[in-house]
Formats: sequence, C-alpha cells, structure tokens
Amino acid sequence: MLFIGLIASVIFMESNEVASMKKYKPLERDSNITTEKAYDQVMQVLMHPRCMNCHPTDNVPKQGDERHPHYFDMARGENDKGFSATKCAACHQEENNDYSGVPGASHWALAPASMGWQGLSKTEIAKRLLNPSTNGGKSHEELVEHMTEDELVLWAWDPGIDANGQPREVPPVSEENFKIAVKKWFDEGAIIPSEK
Amino acid sequence: MEISFQINGENRSVQVEDENTPLLWVVRDVLDLKGTKFGCGKAACGACTLHVDGEAVRSCSYAVKFAKGKNIVTIEGLGTPERPHPVQQAWVEEIVPQCGYCQPGFMMATAALLSKNDHPTDEEIDANIINVCRCATYYRMRKAIHRAAELTRETNLQSTENS
Ligand code: FES
Ligand code: FES
Repeated sequence: MLFIGLIASVIFMESNEVASMKKYKPLERDSNITTEKAYDQVMQVLMHPRCMNCHPTDNVPKQGDERHPHYFDMARGENDKGFSATKCAACHQEENNDYSGVPGASHWALAPASMGWQGLSKTEIAKRLLNPSTNGGKSHEELVEHMTEDELVLWAWDPGIDANGQPREVPPVSEENFKIAVKKWFDEGAIIPSEK
Repeated sequence: MEISFQINGENRSVQVEDENTPLLWVVRDVLDLKGTKFGCGKAACGACTLHVDGEAVRSCSYAVKFAKGKNIVTIEGLGTPERPHPVQQAWVEEIVPQCGYCQPGFMMATAALLSKNDHPTDEEIDANIINVCRCATYYRMRKAIHRAAELTRETNLQSTENS
C-alpha cells in the first residue's frame, strides 16, 4: 500500500514538475552577466519559435511551438508581407485578437529573406545578425534599438492566445533580461564566442 | 462607444460595448448585412472576407475599432442586379456555387485580387485565393476568376476609351 502510495506521489510530483516546467520562468534579473552569458541569452530568445517562426529560410512562415508551415500555403509574397490580395494584414492586425486567436503587432511581416535563420547554428545566426549586408544595413546601435524597442520584436513577450484560447509560450528569457543581455553583448563588442 | 465608418457607400455609426468586437459580428448582427458569412471565426476559412479601404480583410479577426473612418465594402455593395460586378457576372456565367456558403468570401477575395491584377496567372490565383470551400467548387471558381479577369479588362478598356 505504502509502495503504491509512494509511486503515486512520485508520478504526481513528476507531472507537477512537467507542468511547472512548461510555465514561463523568467531568469533572475542580472546585469552583471558575462558577455558569453549575454550572448547565450540573446540566442535563446532568437532561436525560440516566437522569433524563429517569422525568420524562415524557405519563405514559408511557421506557426505554433512545433513550427508547422503556416496553414493555407501562406508564403513570403511581395515585400515580405504576403500577396497582393491576401496580405499578412488580411488576418494579422496591429494587436493580438482574442476573439480569433490570431496574433498581431505593428508592421506584421516576415523578416527579410537575408535574415532567414531557421536551421542555422547560433554562430551562423549571429553572423547574419551582425553583417550589414544581410541585416538591412544596420549598425550595432541600430540593431540594439531594433531588438529592444521594435514592437514586433517585443511582441514575443506578449504573444496572446492561440485559436484554442491557450496562451502562447513566451521565450525562456524575460523581456527585461533580454534587453539587458542585448545591451551588454553589444556594449562589449558583440563578440561571437566559438561554438562548443 | 460609437464607431463611424462608410459601408457600401453609406455613412453609418454603430454603438458597441466592446471595441474589440469582430467587424463581422457588427456587419451581420448590427447592420443586418447577412451576405458576409461566419465560417470558422479564426481567420482560417475566408468566408467573412470583405474589403476595408480596398484591401481584402477577414472580418472575424478584425476589431471593429480599426474600422473607424474606413471605407468598407461587403458583397452587398460589390454590384447590383442591374450592374453586377465582373466577379458576380462571371460567377453567374460559370454557375460556381454549390451550397453557396463560402462564395461571398471568395468573390470578395477575387474582387480584391482583380483590382490589383486584372490578368492573374493560375499561380497568382493559387497564392492569393486561399479561402476554403467545403463543397470543393475550386475548379469552377478558377474558371470564373479567369472569366472575371477578362470582364474586368474589358471594363477597364472601355473606361480608358471613354476618358
Ligand atoms: S469566418 Fe473569418 S476566416 Fe473563417
Ligand atoms: S459552395 Fe459550399 S462551401 Fe463552397
């Protein structure tokens, strides 16, 4: 009996742990992080589905945490904003829509094809991010501004609910810590650590 | 709150408790324009497509507050029985609908496409017209879209000649 009780409580603890792991846990606010940790935190965010889904390398936006291709063959189209009669804005407005579960934010669009990251390593993504010929001619200052102030970037921490009314998962680093990490990494020269 | 816009050429004001109410609900339930259909409510099927300032919009996913001051056209405002829009004319000629439920959405999406491109290829039709028809009238729809494009080009030519 005791044995069964023990097993039951272990299962209960485990399922509780799984449930709590799925919940968003912001990291402790820490402005004394090393540049390597800052880089790592930036990359954890950039590689999360909330960011990566709109940085495809095949011109097809992705949806959901499992990153399936956008339904109905929606693709990059013209100017990264869909097709002439079916633009991204046919469904995605300036803000999340809780009635339909369609996400929205200012200037909803795919990142330019030169900023496709899907399937790339951390180092390759960082190189594309820093290279003005792929990042739209942005300097380090402009990148910091884009990554810490752009409403579409910051949407990642306010992603709304999905079509089933479930909250979308946010990146594993809080918005505040992401901004600290971005500034720290760029302040210290945006060095890309060698990949282990 | 009160929200005003133009719809099918008329200035209208509506009172809504929640400014995020989908435009589709306002169009159907407040303005009693039942041509625009509710299919999925999740921006997935396109049955609710109408035009806002000339752009195709899925109105189940469009908060009515965004319609303030805009120009909306629904299937009721696309043409008249005496002067049908080329899309309506082509749809009649090709006898497109089966049950008909999805058709207003398809027609509004097609009208938006032809206003920007009056000679779409099959590829462009596939990219732009991604609504869903449960009766699978896609084959007749494609024929009708090409016919509507032809009628649109004729209309455009006549208006150029008359100007
Ligand atoms: S009802 Fe709006 S897209 Fe289906
Ligand atoms: S005609 Fe029946 S759903 Fe399209």
